[in-house]
Amino acid sequence: MATTDWTHQRLEQLRQTRVWRSIFRRGPARTNRTRSLAVFGNFALHTLPVKVREKSLSVRATYYLGSISFFLFVVLTITGVLLMFYYHPAVPDAYRDMKDLIYVVSNGVFLRNLHRLAAHAMVVAVFWHMFHVFYRGGYKPPHEFNWVIGVGLLMVTLFLSYTGYLLPWDQLAFWAITVGTNIISYVPVLGRPIRFLLLGGHIIGQNALLRFYVLHCVILPLAAVGLIGMHFWRIQKDGGITVRDDHE
Amino acid sequence: MNMPAEPKAPEKQEEKNPVSRRDFLNEIAGGALTIAGLGAAVVTVKYASPNVLFEPPTTFRAGSPDDYPVNSVTYLQDQQVYVVRTDRGMWAMSAVCTHLGCITQWKPDSSQIACPCHGSKFQRTGGVEAGPAPRPLPHFSLVLGEDGTLVVDKLEVVMETEILKV
Repeated sequence: MATTDWTHQRLEQLRQTRVWRSIFRRGPARTNRTRSLAVFGNFALHTLPVKVREKSLSVRATYYLGSISFFLFVVLTITGVLLMFYYHPAVPDAYRDMKDLIYVVSNGVFLRNLHRLAAHAMVVAVFWHMFHVFYRGGYKPPHEFNWVIGVGLLMVTLFLSYTGYLLPWDQLAFWAITVGTNIISYVPVLGRPIRFLLLGGHIIGQNALLRFYVLHCVILPLAAVGLIGMHFWRIQKDGGITVRDDHE
Repeated sequence: MNMPAEPKAPEKQEEKNPVSRRDFLNEIAGGALTIAGLGAAVVTVKYASPNVLFEPPTTFRAGSPDDYPVNSVTYLQDQQVYVVRTDRGMWAMSAVCTHLGCITQWKPDSSQIACPCHGSKFQRTGGVEAGPAPRPLPHFSLVLGEDGTLVVDKLEVVMETEILKV
């Protein structure tokens, strides 16, 4: 009891310091007004709603599928950046680096498998999220635009998954990308030029590996971050998620 | 003082200039930005299409005709090409499935070329027998060089009827 009092006092002292007050300018969030101000004034929280209906927090309202997708994206970003310390997107090196990560690097196999499994799980979570929102009618007004952003996020997730598939540079990767890019070349008129641009040539070689690496590690994650930010912000602006009356 | 003059002045100006200076400059700026944006897009696409490629040569020597017995289909793994010899003559043919680019295999038991990916089957002339392949396997130019070796050019697709008489 005495220790908790002591902790409270220290915490209160910390809140009075100039440094703390320069970061959190609003003071303690004790009333609805100051709680709202705390959310508005916080960079991390400002895209989220200040108030939500209690119903929308129940498990059955969302199964937290969007949050799970976002959590997996964060896991993938952290593990992906760590994998980049050992991986070279070059033709003889890529496969060896992947094997080194499995057999030589400390905890490399853990990070690689975490990245791979989280990637599979994210595709499942994003699809499940989409189906769930669809069957709830979450695409209806006023949520139409957020549904469209969500479709964009589904595409980005699938492209991330697809570009990541080539990076181990093994037989599975090579033939999957062979088949995938040949599917693209069936697009009328533009198919072959798109395949050429994507591969940086006619064959799946060094250029293709480097392009897929840049797409996977820079371009697509940036697109995802932008779209995710807009997706979260729109939930608030559209007045919260769609809830069914029979789900209390 | 000169209250009545005030509403008159802008009216006069509007008659003279149906487009205001602000709108005019906005449109010029917007147009310039659009042109610059389109130009940047074109230049970027150009930049992303390589002019020099370090890809394996498409022309190669395939040995002497004597290396290929009559009524045989030989797969050249490095080039992903079949060299077929029958009593009618010889031809070179792509081993890349026309469906989605997997490498096919010659099955001597059924005298068929089969794709492991999606089950397409081809005759040894390249014609599609079964499966999703939309086109026959393309034949490549096959000529006898001056030194008596076969030369295949994978960039030159020839008619199925062009057969090298040996």
